Amino acid sequence: MSNQEMPLWEVFIRSRQGLDHKHVGSLHAADATMAIENARDVYTRRQEGVSIWVVESKHITASDPADSDPLFEPARDKAYRHPTFYEMPEGIKNI
Amino acid sequence: MNNLFDYTLRIADNALILGHRLSELCGHGPVLEQDIAMTNIALDLVGQARTLYQYAAEVQNAGKTEDDIAYLRDVYDFKNLLLVEQPNGDFADTVVRQFFFSAFQLPFYEKLVHSKDDILRGVAEKAVKELAYHLRWSSEWLIRLGDGTAESHQRAQKAVDNLWTYSGEALIADDLDNWAFTEGIGVDLESIKTTFDKTINDVLAEATLVKPTANYMQKGGKQGRHTEYLGYILAEMQFMQRAYPNMAW
Repeated sequence: MSNQEMPLWEVFIRSRQGLDHKHVGSLHAADATMAIENARDVYTRRQEGVSIWVVESKHITASDPADSDPLFEPARDKAYRHPTFYEMPEGIKNI
Repeated sequence: MNNLFDYTLRIADNALILGHRLSELCGHGPVLEQDIAMTNIALDLVGQARTLYQYAAEVQNAGKTEDDIAYLRDVYDFKNLLLVEQPNGDFADTVVRQFFFSAFQLPFYEKLVHSKDDILRGVAEKAVKELAYHLRWSSEWLIRLGDGTAESHQRAQKAVDNLWTYSGEALIADDLDNWAFTEGIGVDLESIKTTFDKTINDVLAEATLVKPTANYMQKGGKQGRHTEYLGYILAEMQFMQRAYPNMAW
């Protein structure tokens, strides 16, 4: 089967209610229905999830690794953007 | 031997033999995704068979275990349908065999959840969701193959034609089926015929496949008379216990 008949899909699984979908891998499928079923068979065999998203890989636009300096380097020396300069009241959890 | 033991084996043997057939494809599927899908179905079926064999051993009360029943019986002692022992063939053959079986097994278990027998009812309740997925998987693949390319259509039609005469045995009731139904333990096979026929008709139509017209159905598996294939299946499946009696791992 050629890749044209069975394009690549990216699979996202939500492991529990309330959490977000996380990318878990990819697979080949002819259409969205088959992609969901294949994802069920390949990625949820061990109770990994309660919800599946699939998206055809060609619809994902990725940043260019060659652009990583202009994109990400400027954030490196701006520590003040991290919320680490506040005094936390005692007893506050989950921060 | 008692009727409950025989009836339990009849249900369990279908699951084990088809599960074994599908397990032969592990690592040999047409694509990775379907290789895993078929292995998942095999595991579901073998899991059902295990619980039923444990129960059969208990009912038999002869000091035997699930393994004795699975690995130390000969061809004539197996009571599975002829359908489930048919070869894997090409992917269309595997899909059609699964479809014919699941089209029967799902409504059968949906009725079995009303059994007066606690264990059979429990197995059925747990398995119904698995079977619903098996039927969905095999139906969708049959539709894709039948309504796909010229070659996939031709191969799917050939598989339907070749396996057709094995599709009806499950619904032919014998004395044991009638006993089980009368006792409130088993399923009235007549009562699931409408559902079975509708599934077959609807899916074949959507798959643009022609339903064969032959009315003659092969039978005998439920009584222990099998095609030549079962002997080869047992030879492979039972090899370890036959060659190394009582081995454990």
